[in-house]
Parts: sequence; structure tokens; C-alpha cells
Amino acid sequence: MEHYLSLFIKAVFVENMALAFFLGMCSFLACSKRVTTAFGLGLAVVFVLGVTCPMNQWIFNHLLREGALTWLPVVGPRMVNVDLSFLGFISYIGTIAAVTQIVEMTIDRFAPALYGALGVFLPLIAVNCAILGASLFMVERDYTFAESAVFGFGSGLGFALAIVALAAIRERMRYGNVPAGLRGLGITFIVTGLMAIGFMAFSGIQL
Amino acid sequence: MTRKRRSILLDPLFNNNPIALQVLGICSALAVTTKMETALVMAAALTGVVSLSNLVVSLLRNHVPTNVRIIFQLAVIASLVIVADQILKAYLYDISKQLTVFVGLIITNCIVMGRAEGFAMQNGPVDSLLDGIGNALGYDLVLVATAFFRELLGSGKLFGVTVFTNVTDGGWYYPNGLMILSPGAFFFIGLMIWALRTWKSGQVEAE
Repeated sequence: MEHYLSLFIKAVFVENMALAFFLGMCSFLACSKRVTTAFGLGLAVVFVLGVTCPMNQWIFNHLLREGALTWLPVVGPRMVNVDLSFLGFISYIGTIAAVTQIVEMTIDRFAPALYGALGVFLPLIAVNCAILGASLFMVERDYTFAESAVFGFGSGLGFALAIVALAAIRERMRYGNVPAGLRGLGITFIVTGLMAIGFMAFSGIQL
Repeated sequence: MTRKRRSILLDPLFNNNPIALQVLGICSALAVTTKMETALVMAAALTGVVSLSNLVVSLLRNHVPTNVRIIFQLAVIASLVIVADQILKAYLYDISKQLTVFVGLIITNCIVMGRAEGFAMQNGPVDSLLDGIGNALGYDLVLVATAFFRELLGSGKLFGVTVFTNVTDGGWYYPNGLMILSPGAFFFIGLMIWALRTWKSGQVEAE
């Protein structure tokens, strides 16, 4: 249990998807103008990450990995040397696209206002690097099924936390006097940099 | 080369830069720019993928029904990225190890998807190829400039060769550790956007 808890804390704070690995930056910067939108996107990301990470873990270990196909009846024993891991990218992105489609339909049905506010960035969750990134990290670090579920959920929560915090800062910044050339994107980059320094305080923590 | 084609190729460099103005493809721009070597390899891989995916998507655009276009584009891009990844693993193994998941993340790099969806679906193959190369060059420019300053100021080296001798080795240069860390990239790109928008004042965002 302790192992899972430390993995979770690590995914949320120490290895924050947005502020430590710069993943999912496009929607991070573009959907953080208002806290409500940021919160909705954050929730959608938590869900998609929490589901796709364990799904892709299963796909990798039971279909793609070297010798993974031995469970098949009849042809199984001859599949020992089959290594399909080069098909990883295309399989993971397929899973992610399908789950995103389901989330999109659900939000459209139950929260039409949020659907309108998220706009094009909802289907773009499919190409949010944080989500594919989590699956690729999961493969690289060889997580078990339970670990990958905890890691996916934690990473999603970390991303949601970061985007809501940034949106809150940007809402306040509207009253500030920002130099013309820095307005909008420029100052957002610098604020994100300062937030990343804040999150670096977690980096020494051993769990 | 006609005037129109020249502007398709050269506009993305400064007037419509994918990173500084379109907010596309930021994740990898931040993560692989601590060293010139990795930045150049990443730039080359991305240039290949963007230009070829634009070409392929444009050639097939009239044969694909609109409601399956996203998954079609993802399939094209993912296949090209698999090829790029295998080539890097075969010929530049050390660098591909350093890039870790970021080669795979070209799939979800918004530039590739954004240009396929925004340009190649409406235009002919030659224009699309030029647009792909142009946008990739705009991205490469930001990537290489960021990597140049981050490696030079952060460790006093370029391509791993010492330019400024560090104090620890008896020289005069105090390396700026901030540039190597993630916030350094945010600050640098923020300042670069500021400089670009001061030069091209039409890009300043409204309040």
C-alpha cells in the first residue's frame, strides 16, 4: 500500500506532467484563461489518463511485448520470439482516441456548457502529449497493471492541479499592467516558469 | 517559385511562427533543448515527419470521408513516427536513448496534427509539402536557438565541446544552473516571444 501511495504522490507533485516534464503544454497554455474551463479540462484529462494508462499497460504486456503472445491457444508456443513492440505508438494512440471519443460524447450529453467552453481542445485531448506520454513512461518504467492505474490517475490529477492553479493566476493577472509584447502568451510562459520553480521544491523528496 | 509558394514556405519562420504565434508543439520544444545535439536530432526527425505527413494527407485528402479524418491523420502520422523512431534507434542509438519518450511524442506534437488538419486537408500536395517544410523550419529555428543559449549559458558548452571554461575547471565562467532546469526554458521562450512581438508589433495580443 505504501508503495502505491508514494507512487501516487510522486506522479502528482514530484514528476508533475505539466511542470516537470512539459507535457500537454498546448492545452495547458490555451485552456487556462478561466478557472471553470481549466477545471473541466482537468477532470477530462484525469479520466482519460486514469483509463488509458492501465489499458495500454494490458495491451503492451499481453499483445506487443516480446514473447507476449504465448497465451494464445494452438499457435501460442510458436510465438515466443514475436516482438511487436514497434507497433506500440499506433496501438496506444488508437486506445487514447477511442476513450477520448467516449468522454466527448458523455460531456456533450451531460454538460453542454462545458462542451462549448472546451471547444476544439476536447477532441485534442487525443493528441495531448501528457496522455501518450504517460503511456510511454509506463512502458519505459515497466509498471504492473495496478501501478499503471495509480500512475495514470496521479499524473492526471497533477496536470489538473497545475492547469487550475495557472488559470487562477491568469484571472488575477488581468488587472496587472503587462508590457505590450509580453501580453497573453509571453507572460503565461514566464508565470509557468515561476510555477515550475515552485514545483522543483518537491524534487528532492525521497519516497 | 511563385510568390505564393515562397510565402507558404517562409511565412512560418517569423510572421506566423508555430511556437511563438500559433502555440503549437511547445512540449518537445521545452524538453529536448538542454543540449544542441538532441535538439538538432529532434528538429531533423520532426522536419521529416511534418513534411511527409502533409504530403501524404494532401494526396489522400479527396478519398477520406470527413468523419474519420482524425483517425486517418493519426494513422499516417503514427506510421511515419514509427519509421523515424526505428531509424534513430538503428543509427543514432545513444541520442535516441537521451530523447527517451520524446520521439514517440512527435505523434502528439500539435504542429504535425495542426498542419495536417489546418492546411493539408484543403490544399494540393506541392503546397502542402512546402507548408510542412516551412512550419518545421520555424519550429527548428526556435528549438535550435533555445538549445544554443541553454547549453552555452547553462554549461558553457556547445555540442559537448567546452566554449567557456567553468570555474570548477580553473576557468572564469560560472555556469547558470537555471538554464539547464525546466524553468529556464520557459523564461527563455517567454523572452523570445517578447522580442519577436516587439519587432513584429502586429502579433501583440489584445488586452
